[in-house]
Amino acid sequence: MAERIIELRDITKSYGQVYALGGVNLSVDRGEVVGLIGDNGAGKSTLIKILSGVVRPTSGDILVRDKPVSGWSAARSRDAGIETVFQDRALAVQQTIVRNIFMGRELTGFMGWLKVNKEIEEASRLMREIGFTSKVFTPHSIVGQLSGGERQGVAIARAIYKQAELIILDEPTTALSLTETAKVFHFVRQVRASGRSILFIGHNIHHVFDIADRFVVLDRGKVALTADRSTVKSAEELINFMEDVAHPGGLPGLREAGEAEHQAR
Amino acid sequence: MEPDLESPLRAHAGSARQEWKHPSDHWLRGFVLDNRASLGTLAVFIVMMAVFMVANPTVFTTWYLYSSVLTTLPVALFVVVPLVFVVTCGEIDLSFPATMGFASWVFALVVQAGYDPFIGIAAALVTGMLLGFLVGSLVVYGGLSSLIATLGMNFLLRGLIQIVNEGKSMALTSLSGSWAYKILSSQIYGIPVQIFWAVAFVVLSAMLYNRHRFGAQVRVVGDNPDSAQQMGIDVKRVRVKVFVFVGIGAAIAGTFSVMINFTWWPTAGDGYLLPVLASVFVGGTPTWGGIGTVVGGAIGAVTVSFIQTGVVAAGLSGFYVQFFNGLIIILSLLGHKWNQARYR
Repeated sequence: MAERIIELRDITKSYGQVYALGGVNLSVDRGEVVGLIGDNGAGKSTLIKILSGVVRPTSGDILVRDKPVSGWSAARSRDAGIETVFQDRALAVQQTIVRNIFMGRELTGFMGWLKVNKEIEEASRLMREIGFTSKVFTPHSIVGQLSGGERQGVAIARAIYKQAELIILDEPTTALSLTETAKVFHFVRQVRASGRSILFIGHNIHHVFDIADRFVVLDRGKVALTADRSTVKSAEELINFMEDVAHPGGLPGLREAGEAEHQAR
Repeated sequence: MEPDLESPLRAHAGSARQEWKHPSDHWLRGFVLDNRASLGTLAVFIVMMAVFMVANPTVFTTWYLYSSVLTTLPVALFVVVPLVFVVTCGEIDLSFPATMGFASWVFALVVQAGYDPFIGIAAALVTGMLLGFLVGSLVVYGGLSSLIATLGMNFLLRGLIQIVNEGKSMALTSLSGSWAYKILSSQIYGIPVQIFWAVAFVVLSAMLYNRHRFGAQVRVVGDNPDSAQQMGIDVKRVRVKVFVFVGIGAAIAGTFSVMINFTWWPTAGDGYLLPVLASVFVGGTPTWGGIGTVVGGAIGAVTVSFIQTGVVAAGLSGFYVQFFNGLIIILSLLGHKWNQARYR
């Protein structure tokens, strides 16, 4: 069995009286792409924040390579090789690709002077690694000139630097065109090919279905389904399952009627 | 790596696998694109000088005019350059005139007490750093608007100077024979020495801006502070640092202004507020933060100090100075707006 990068056991998170997560189990192995799906308010973003150490769980255990960790924090998460690409991508759009990749961890030599050539070399290597090369831009290009998909590429390149083991992609294809989404998928596959793991969070089930090896469906703070790619025939099956979870017992016809009624109000 | 059959880049994978290529593969085009803001400022300066030359060729071909500009220009350069850092960082500092006055006051006191001027310079630098730290902490840790807080500090510090000195100046005639004066502020073959120090300061700062971790972090913080924070940059510390840098620059500038006149006035630095701010923006540093140009700011300072001298020397009355000041500022801003796009 592949090495387990991280495992969450019975994680809960409550904000006052409200439970955002009520006992979630989730694990990611080396070299796999896990797709995390769920409706708005299912607890996806809380789960990501816990994984990246921004938020501490109310209860539950976090295991890194099968060893329980205490004092989980953003720094610990980084040390464990977990990098998060947040939804807004957090890029400085007026700066070059190089400056974005090395933001906060500039390669410096004597007295803090930048090793400019080393940075360009490293940036080129990283971007080649995820298949992010082009004739129209260079490591010196301004990020603001790039398309949405290419910006996502910069964010991913930044994440895989420092040998990140697990990259969390929070809705990486939201607001992207078809070709740009294809580009992001391409980056994701390249990252997997290099033996790293990805947790891919998506709104669009078709996108997640196309890319993930395993699906985790989250519903109202609980894992409603964990399924291997091989056991799920189509994205429609997943969609149906999610709707069943959301409206238990509802027949498709009834559901449509209910929606129509809802809209009429 | 496994072959990737579904790659969207597959269709032109052959060409995409090739090495990086800049859109402007000719080095000259790349240079122009990378430095368009400062080159634009340079163009404004050259056009302005050409107009002056045509207006009064005899005055503009005599060295005396340039010598007098080069005597006072360095003082402005020492503050314009750190201000480029502040504006890039998304802040503004209006307290530097008072810091100039305060730091040079300390310098004057030390020299008057009979110590070597070099000790006075060291004391002025420490004062400038402390004042910069004070102003920066007030803005950053106090969470105040830098525009208002630094304006307040400017009045406060100047007020302190005035209260203690009651408007009296200090004559420092002992400076004229000192080593510090010879090295820092005398003339070599008719060229004021301070311009060499100022140019060295500009070059060092430009490197700091473009090729040092400090400059890189200043730019990123000004561009997207949330992102910088997420990537582990201590945003507050970077912000305080730029104010300390202004304090250092203001201390050097104040000291030089005293050494030019051998006199310290309680108003020292006051007249620099608006010309220096104008120089930063004429130089091509935009107001929104994230980008800027140190060399452009320096050229902006040269432009602004030549307007004053030039208008009078061209035979117009002094009443025209402000009008031309404004004209150049507005024209430069329009030029920069056309010249550089803002990415969001």
